[in-house]
Amino acid sequence: MSFIKKSPWMFHYDGSSCNGCDIEVLACLMPMYDIERFGVINTGNPKHSDILLITGSINRQNEDVVKTLYGQMGNPKVVIAIGTCAASGGIFAECYNILGGVNTTIPVDLYVPGCAARPEAIIDGVIQALDILEEKQKQRKKGKVTK
Amino acid sequence: MNTVFYTTIGYILLAPFVGGLLMGLDRIVTARMQSRVGPPVLQPFYDVFKLFGKDKLTVNQFHNYYLVCFFIFILVSGSMFFAGNDLLMVIFAFIVADVLLILAAYSTNSPYSSIGAERELLQMLSAEPMILLSAVGLYMVTGSFKVSAIVSCEKPLIVYLPGVFLGLTYVLTIKLRKSPFDLSTSHHAHQELVKGITTEFAGPALAVIEIVHWYETILLLGMIYLFFAFNPVLGVVVVVFVYFLEVLVDNTNARIKWELMLKSAWMVTIIVGGGNLFVLYYVLRL
Amino acid sequence: MTWITFLIIFPLLPACLVLLFKSVSIQKWVVIIASALICIGSVCLALTCTQAEAQYFRVTPDIVNKLVATGDITLALVFLYVCRHLPLKRYWIPLLVVVQYGAVVWYDLSGRVPETTHCLFVDNLSVIMALVIGIVGPLITVYTIGYMEKYHEEHPEVPDRRDQFLSAIFLFFSAMYGIIFSNNITWIYFFWEITTFCSFIMIGYPQTEEAVHNSFLALWMLLLGGLGFAAAILYASSVCGTVDLRQLLTMKKSVVLLPVLLICFAGLNKAAQFPFAKWLLGAMVAPTPSSALLHSSTMVKAGVYIVLRCAPVLHGTAAGAMVALIGGLSFLAGSALAISQRDGKRVLAYSTIGNLGLIILCAGIGSHLTLWAAVLLIIFHAPAKALMFLCVGTVEQQTGSRDIEDMNGLISRMPLLTIVMLIGLAGMFLAPFGMLISKWVVLEVLARKNPVLPMIVIFGGELMLFFYVKWMGKLVAVTGPQPQQGEGIGIEWSALGGLAVLTVLVCGLFPFVGIYLIEPMYGCDPMLSRQAIRAVAIMLGLMLLLPLGFFIPRKDLVHVDLYLSGANVTDPHKFMDSMGTARDCSFKNYYINKYFSEEKLFPGALVGSIVLLILMFSMEKL
Ligand code: SF4
Repeated sequence: MSFIKKSPWMFHYDGSSCNGCDIEVLACLMPMYDIERFGVINTGNPKHSDILLITGSINRQNEDVVKTLYGQMGNPKVVIAIGTCAASGGIFAECYNILGGVNTTIPVDLYVPGCAARPEAIIDGVIQALDILEEKQKQRKKGKVTK
Repeated sequence: MNTVFYTTIGYILLAPFVGGLLMGLDRIVTARMQSRVGPPVLQPFYDVFKLFGKDKLTVNQFHNYYLVCFFIFILVSGSMFFAGNDLLMVIFAFIVADVLLILAAYSTNSPYSSIGAERELLQMLSAEPMILLSAVGLYMVTGSFKVSAIVSCEKPLIVYLPGVFLGLTYVLTIKLRKSPFDLSTSHHAHQELVKGITTEFAGPALAVIEIVHWYETILLLGMIYLFFAFNPVLGVVVVVFVYFLEVLVDNTNARIKWELMLKSAWMVTIIVGGGNLFVLYYVLRL
Repeated sequence: MTWITFLIIFPLLPACLVLLFKSVSIQKWVVIIASALICIGSVCLALTCTQAEAQYFRVTPDIVNKLVATGDITLALVFLYVCRHLPLKRYWIPLLVVVQYGAVVWYDLSGRVPETTHCLFVDNLSVIMALVIGIVGPLITVYTIGYMEKYHEEHPEVPDRRDQFLSAIFLFFSAMYGIIFSNNITWIYFFWEITTFCSFIMIGYPQTEEAVHNSFLALWMLLLGGLGFAAAILYASSVCGTVDLRQLLTMKKSVVLLPVLLICFAGLNKAAQFPFAKWLLGAMVAPTPSSALLHSSTMVKAGVYIVLRCAPVLHGTAAGAMVALIGGLSFLAGSALAISQRDGKRVLAYSTIGNLGLIILCAGIGSHLTLWAAVLLIIFHAPAKALMFLCVGTVEQQTGSRDIEDMNGLISRMPLLTIVMLIGLAGMFLAPFGMLISKWVVLEVLARKNPVLPMIVIFGGELMLFFYVKWMGKLVAVTGPQPQQGEGIGIEWSALGGLAVLTVLVCGLFPFVGIYLIEPMYGCDPMLSRQAIRAVAIMLGLMLLLPLGFFIPRKDLVHVDLYLSGANVTDPHKFMDSMGTARDCSFKNYYINKYFSEEKLFPGALVGSIVLLILMFSMEKL
């Protein structure tokens, strides 16, 4: 059994979102959906977290920030792009300052579609991310052995 | 000698289990108070084991080292307590451990950690006087600083030391870093200091801090138990009740500013704790 | 007896030699050899004279007493001479001199001062003091050579009078030994005023306006103490009929309480307790070695020593309780005031006032157990405090600042010095190092008393912890690769290293100090149970062993930058502001000026202590 599946701590970053998806992410933590059932804690600190949830698209300003935050997460880690904006830039895609979805900057493991993405979908995304996390952990251990 | 040895080993081995379980229950009770379901009871253990499996992120070469010392000193402090050693020494070792955590945070030179460290210092400044004072109070009644002697004292200590007990319960919230006194770091999501004193610690380092927190909790609850040592069953009940109270307070209070914390804690220490001792000294002539 | 005479008289030789030979290299060797000899002398004294009973020595030739009388007159003239340029028209300074010396000399010459046959003595307390003076002091002296060299390079405007400075230090040693070995209070008074004079010379050394001002401040405050002493002599010789310290202390309390209180007044004054704390703070303008000397092994220790001597009389009296409360007040106020200070030396000065307050508190209570604790405090305080002062002085010379905020990341710039400094700091407040052991003993003892006293100790100790830890935090902050500083530290290392070793060593040796030196004096120690010693030993062992763990190589660490909300730039200690420019990120410690500033607390402490002083003297009647 891999403990990482039991205790995925998350970290939420708001790109250039319209705030719709953010509210839905927060809704997951509220009593109605209570994502802590799965051991998820919203840490607010990349160094403590395993899952990076990004809502909204990437723009020129936050590009470096997203890269830095991603770099500060310890392995194993997954990135979930929440909402259409995070997937492709969404309705902001054509704006002068928008680079596009999260995958323009950092590798994304999972996309949760929707505008806004529904809490159920987000939770589903997180749960699916657990398997990816576990897979990454296994690979990491193997890598360590061969190293 | 043998019993000392066994209690020490027992503390070192058992405290994390009990402490971890207590944290798990804490989280469930908290969730229920917020009408949520909450994580499984064993969640704290999952967290810690997970953290051990993560990358060992460090900011510099020093801070992990301070953390290891922090861990060891908490072990020393706790084992001395459960081995029935001198209570003052226990508290001093406990303070050393806390200082090491603060130094670890300072050594990162990170703004969040450092402010967390500074606030942790303020928390110490608020809480430690009461803890030391309760040691003095226990001494006045039992005539000994040794934990073993205090435990085996026949007198119902709580009857003599109600004020000291109240004061200790008050600062327990500060020591456990529960709301409204979770200034330096918090168990709860997202605050202005990110994670305060623990911001820069990741992976195994964070796991160590978590485990130390379990040890710490057991040690502090042990001190609460001392007041009811004349009746072990009652003692355990009270300890559980006090912890429940902490969780309740945690969930019903917003964080306060450090000034209020310092003032109120010192007020409680001087008036309730000190007042109790004065009554003991002048009225009961102990 | 030989060693006592040696220790009192020998330091005068190097004091003269450094004045005679202006060559720096000769001075250096004179200082080193003389320091070594003083150190050896003190240790030999400890080896030969340690025993439960005090030994009293007959000093037969009347000439010695004549010498002291002549010395008094000379000293009075010297004081009057230095008062020829009085800043701020402080005419009361010469007045103080004239009044006290006039009275004492007149009494002496008119034969009203009773004869004392046994003028010198030694007991374990003297031996301990001699060791403190004779081991810590010479190390500071050796440090002085290197320090003064650089001091004059950095301050070309200060006239080079280093010969006088060194000479004053040795004179100081002589006077200190005189104080601790004299059994005749007129003698003590003579030596007492010599220390006042020496500190005046040292404080005024830079000759800046501030320095001169502060030196005169110190002079008049200390002379006030001298006045108390003079009054004690007059009272003792006319009412009690003796100036023999031993006889005085064994007389009936009602007779002897007033002179003893007057002596304690002088002691409080010299130990820079409130309300006299100001002179010690002013003394910070002087070159650092003199601060180290005044604060750790000499001067202020003379103050606590004399109070400690008087303690048996104070025991159980209301006046004694007042003395204890003045100490307690100084402990609280000193520790609280230190929180608001940024200047490293000022922090140390306040902590000295605080720590001495704790000693006075113990002495004021005067029971055997508290004296036990007080002696421990004296022993532990000296090396750690000297070490801290010397470290701050070195840092100031190497980096040009002694502001604690500027010491941020010192461990990256001067690792070795920082480690030494951390030892000193840990020695001041952290378990299981010295000061904390003594605080523990104090608490164990005081818990049997009125709850006010333990509360004072607890709160004061906590405040002390606060400012020391935040200082430590600044030192240990790792700021990444930095240009190394501190190449210029030469002979100073021997002193720094020696004191660091000493700080750790006394903690390891404290059970032995207790058994061989303190126990014979004050009886056994019920609270120092084996278990507690074991706990200290375990912790000390850990403290010494754990640093080794640092050298275990760690390969699997992943280095990341600080968390700065993602706004990091290439430089790890800068962040990107909203306009896209990199800015330094820095933060300062809390100083909590709102509650702990000097303006807020100092007046209150002054008033409180003056009230206590008045109470102390009025209690004597009760
Ligand atoms: S996907 Fe829709 S709701 Fe979500 S941030 Fe973009 S625009 Fe807003």
